[in-house]
Amino acid sequence: MSKIETTLPRPDLFRFTMPLTAALAAIFGFVGGNMVAQPWLGAVIGAVVGCAIAWVAETNLDKRTAVRWGVIAILALAGLVFGNLGTAVSGALIGAVLGWAAYWLANSDYRSSVPIYYTPGQTLWHNTFKFICGLIFFFLVAPLIPVMWLSFNAEDFFTFTPEMLNFQAEGYSLKHYRDFLGTDEWMVPLKNSLIIAPIATVISVSLGTLAAIGLSQSHVPGRRAIMAILISPMIVPLIISATGMFFFYAPLGNWMEANLGLSQSFVGFVKVILAHAVLGIPFVIITVTATLVGFDRSLTRAAASMGAPPVRTFFQVQMPLILPGVISGGLFAFITSFDEVVVVLFVGSAQQQTLPWQMFTGLREQISPTILAAASILVAVSIMLLATVELLRRRSERLRGLSPA
Amino acid sequence: MKFNKPILATMALGLSAGAVGADGHMASDMTLVSWGGAYQQSQINAYADPYVANNPGVTVTWDESSAEAVAKLRAMNEAGSITWDVVDVVAADALRLCDEGLALEIDADEMLAAAPDGTSASDDFGDLLVGDCFIPQIVYSTTFGYRTDMVPDGVDAPSNICDVFDLETYPGMRALEKRPINNVEWALLCDGVAKEDVYDVLATEEGQEQALAKLDTIRDSVIWWSAGADTPQLLADGEIFMGSTYNGRLFAAIEEQGQPIGMMWDAQVFDLDGWIIPEGLSEERLARALDFVKFATDTQRLADQAKYISYGPARVSSAPLVGKHATLGIDMAQHMPTDPNNAANTFLYNYEFWADYRDDIDAKFQAWLAQ
Repeated sequence: MSKIETTLPRPDLFRFTMPLTAALAAIFGFVGGNMVAQPWLGAVIGAVVGCAIAWVAETNLDKRTAVRWGVIAILALAGLVFGNLGTAVSGALIGAVLGWAAYWLANSDYRSSVPIYYTPGQTLWHNTFKFICGLIFFFLVAPLIPVMWLSFNAEDFFTFTPEMLNFQAEGYSLKHYRDFLGTDEWMVPLKNSLIIAPIATVISVSLGTLAAIGLSQSHVPGRRAIMAILISPMIVPLIISATGMFFFYAPLGNWMEANLGLSQSFVGFVKVILAHAVLGIPFVIITVTATLVGFDRSLTRAAASMGAPPVRTFFQVQMPLILPGVISGGLFAFITSFDEVVVVLFVGSAQQQTLPWQMFTGLREQISPTILAAASILVAVSIMLLATVELLRRRSERLRGLSPA
Repeated sequence: MKFNKPILATMALGLSAGAVGADGHMASDMTLVSWGGAYQQSQINAYADPYVANNPGVTVTWDESSAEAVAKLRAMNEAGSITWDVVDVVAADALRLCDEGLALEIDADEMLAAAPDGTSASDDFGDLLVGDCFIPQIVYSTTFGYRTDMVPDGVDAPSNICDVFDLETYPGMRALEKRPINNVEWALLCDGVAKEDVYDVLATEEGQEQALAKLDTIRDSVIWWSAGADTPQLLADGEIFMGSTYNGRLFAAIEEQGQPIGMMWDAQVFDLDGWIIPEGLSEERLARALDFVKFATDTQRLADQAKYISYGPARVSSAPLVGKHATLGIDMAQHMPTDPNNAANTFLYNYEFWADYRDDIDAKFQAWLAQ
């Protein structure tokens, strides 16, 4: 039997590829022209450039890489001639998008991921859907980019200076990172955060894991009610928990100071740590409960039948298997404490000033890009922690055979 | 003359013994509350660092919570756990805290240092000792800054408070504080009300309507700010042409940050900022707080603060000691709101009027904003 070859028909240049590329280029031209108060002229120039790129792509289908780099180079050069380094970078980016789009259309790549029997309408929807997904992702992540960019500002304002936009070295500086890393104003709060968050995490993980294991036993009376109460700190508005905690912990702190002879600062840390532990427990309970669903109870019975006491069974049989859930719960608890500002403002005093507290007051009183430097560092730390959680989750799935390794 | 010596000796002994005793009874930790930013930095440089140098072993913690000092002190008082020792507040907040019994009453001559020439503290501070609990520190003003590069061609830079309301000569956005205080006074001044009649007019229903009607004329060109850092940021962005804020913030933006901003001092409103000591401190902590406040508000310390920020010292005796900026080396006297060139036309925040009318006019202003 001979193999059936299917080739996708390539679309018509003048009825499909050229108008669409031109429309995309016209949008870029409109935005670019707007900067010099000539949006419509920009749109027309963009459309012409788009037609030219579409034609070149159609006639040089096999030289894709060369043509795309050529388009990038030409538009970057045009940007440099009519503007400065900033416009050149924009030109290069626009060139990359237009070059990619022209080939994507001309070479029928837009149909490559859909079944061959799809109608044009179905293909259009498939690609629109992908576009919407990309847009959602963009709007989630895009706000972080200016924050990181501005954190290298040489000025003390949240302003993109002309030097920054032209990528000139004098517009950039690391001084806000120096301010962050080199002054007590920021290092003391960071140190406080690094004292409070790990201890609160250890408490949340211990109590949360025990609670989850207990609540997963079918013979516990009123399981659902207990679960709801334990998870409530996650659901009740934080400001309400914070007010309640303030009036609960204040007499407790006074009692500890008066009867145990502890210093005000130490008692303050105890109060904040306990408050943060309460906030972290629900995350641990939820992740550990989810892990326990996949836990085979016959293993604990097997251990018991061989004479292992319950505590030993827990540490040697159950714990290793639910460890990924415990760790990811612990990471959530850590981030909750590390990012928390409302409760610490109420319960803590100035000696327990945490990093988010310092950022909060800093933003209100002094709009300084040092906050952006701190935020960039925190974002980097958060990304690393979440990446760890994800890796652990995958590992646990692989161990349980839920996904092919 | 013969029996004078033993008396002197006894006095000296008593004094030194008293000092040792007092030192031993003072707490070694102290939490100071202030506003953060350049202002708090000037207090650290001028007061806290020298104080710690004189009293080794004392640790100072700063809390940037002055903005919500009244609410927090109330809550602390209710919970019975006061964690603050000395609190920096504006005079109006000090009056409220004093009325509610949350701040310690101050006997200026007994608790504060006399001037170097022997003038008593109460004479040196003079009228600025408003209320019974307030220990004045600085005189600041709320005034306008404008972008020098956005002044239209062929027009002089704004120099009159009514230029704020003149959208034809000076087009562009303005920033005004999101509360009626200062804004309604300026509005009436520019609506033909004489300066001495402003508060009489403002006490009437029609006068309040008149002020809001005047503000209505520029309403579409106003961005309302609530933090002192907002206006300098908006000016640096070029988002506004002119805006009101505290004069020290504008000084920092102009001289320290080199922004193209000019000062318009006309009809600046003077206000006071200073310390209060919360009621209900333990004996040791109170002794430490009083010792710090006495040191931090003496003539030299108040003059020193002006090296770091352009706010006027609250003591008469400090004014001649104001020198140059600590790092920029520029003469600070000309940047003080109290300098004769800047203070040609000024307003003093009227505490009695606003104590009586604040709630009422606030409600009207907020309703007007929401329209």
